[in-house]
Amino acid sequence: MVDIDHLEFGLETFGDIVANEDGSLQTAAQSIRQIVREGQLADELGLSVMGVGEHHRPDYSVSSPETVLASIAAVTKNIKLATAVTVLSSDDPVRVYERFATLDALSNGRAQVMLGRGSFTESFPLFGYDLTDYDDLFNEKLGLYDLLRNEKPVTWSGKFRASLKDQDVYPKTEHGKLETYIGIGGSPESIIRAVKVGYKVIIAIIGGQASRFKPYIDLYHAAAQQLGKPEFPIAVHSHGFIADDEDDALEVAYKNIKANFDRIGLTRGWAPMSREQFDGETKVGSFYVGTPEIVAQRMARTIDQLGLGRFDIVYGAGNQTAAQRERMIELYGTKVVPRVKEILAETAAVK
Amino acid sequence: MTIKRVGILGAGKVGIVLAGLALDAGYEVRISGSGAVEKIALTIKTLVPGAIASENADVVANSDIIILAIPLSRYKNIDPNLLKGKLVIDAMNYWWETDGIREEVLDPSATSSEQVQAYFKSATIVKTFNHMGYHNLQEEARLKGDPKRKALFVTGDDREAVDTVAAFVDSMGFDTVVHYTIADGIMTEPGSPLFGASLRHDELKDIIDHFDQTEFGKKIAAQTH
Repeated sequence: MVDIDHLEFGLETFGDIVANEDGSLQTAAQSIRQIVREGQLADELGLSVMGVGEHHRPDYSVSSPETVLASIAAVTKNIKLATAVTVLSSDDPVRVYERFATLDALSNGRAQVMLGRGSFTESFPLFGYDLTDYDDLFNEKLGLYDLLRNEKPVTWSGKFRASLKDQDVYPKTEHGKLETYIGIGGSPESIIRAVKVGYKVIIAIIGGQASRFKPYIDLYHAAAQQLGKPEFPIAVHSHGFIADDEDDALEVAYKNIKANFDRIGLTRGWAPMSREQFDGETKVGSFYVGTPEIVAQRMARTIDQLGLGRFDIVYGAGNQTAAQRERMIELYGTKVVPRVKEILAETAAVK
Repeated sequence: MTIKRVGILGAGKVGIVLAGLALDAGYEVRISGSGAVEKIALTIKTLVPGAIASENADVVANSDIIILAIPLSRYKNIDPNLLKGKLVIDAMNYWWETDGIREEVLDPSATSSEQVQAYFKSATIVKTFNHMGYHNLQEEARLKGDPKRKALFVTGDDREAVDTVAAFVDSMGFDTVVHYTIADGIMTEPGSPLFGASLRHDELKDIIDHFDQTEFGKKIAAQTH
């Protein structure tokens, strides 16, 4: 059952490079400043979360998301500030704690940690890690992060980092434990791992029908009950684009999402996105594209089907102009969010 | 050979999807993860109710056909004798996220299924289910004759085994394009226009038949000549 009053609506960006109106590209620095403006806009519109991803490659501007979030903190009041995600596997949990505790101080308790294994490989060689240890790295670092999150002296030893003995880390937060999510791509193993550590879960649904995740969400709740762990409403992250006109929305989204997908596919060996595939994703799949009404209908359906507590839409894919990005955020905040709540209230009344 | 019992080694995304399809097709399904049954019991019960969660040896002993759905980098964790005399589907691919650096996983001079067949030398390996995304497999299985039905490439060196597997794939909800050379598995490995693509029979057949004209086909040809 969806709790409409507490439903959260987030925005996430991977820091894609922004385009000028003439099609030329802005610098990474300009693109980063654009994110700060968008964070401010999102806060003014009353959105719940602003998430910024971490990448270490030329097609994305942000490698240090907490720094961008700190800047957003200074110009916002209520919105939560999240990473989407922090690639914990190639990071140092002590540094992760320190950066987020600092962000939490700057934002009066609005920092939100989202931990993941990452979906790109660049950070592994960059920071001296072996991709072969992909799973072990995440498990070990999650264990250490979880100890640090208690904000008490930590004694710990592991394979990938120097041991800690009765070690305190600073600053302490004002409100106790940092709010922490685990970002997962939907393998059953990841769900069980998230349950065991007792964190909130955000699922990246980036392809196919959202309803196929229903059994995975059942698994989350069943595992939490079996292991006596806390249960939280599930959050979902999916790509989207909203515009005033349906054809414009589809055209911009097709061009940009396809460009991203195909560019990444080149390095991973998957085939380019076909129009049929794109249309499937926008009609019944995981791309939320169209006018506010269409996007609201599709989001409400997913939220209802999966019983979600939060929906984050990933915006700005590819090289969109600042105007396209800002208009999308505006439509999301002013039209889509209220309409989703309205639809869900109607659905609940019928039930 | 009549297939009634399907055994799946690997309880990750692909293994779970194939278990679901096999249950829908009316097979008795056993599935195992990398360790003890307790590790996967709840997952199997919740995600594919009806499938029997078990361990590798039991799955192999009680199945008419085995599907390898584990990360490619870990197939050597399985004792090659375990699959002795078995008909085995190789649904694996090199995938960076789970396998790490390709050269550390595979000998670059042979295709992945040739290496799998060489390792499990007393089993009969047929490659299929590897080139469609797992959520496409899950969502696009259709009854025979459905105009939206998608197709899978099936290949292996043993003709009879390939034909048996092709009939099995058909029963799982997909048309097939069949070859009788395991090395042709390269046509659906990452980098191929078929990897990650979800195509109808005619579209798949057309690319397979003219594979030497694709960019990937030309690259492979240049490497082998």
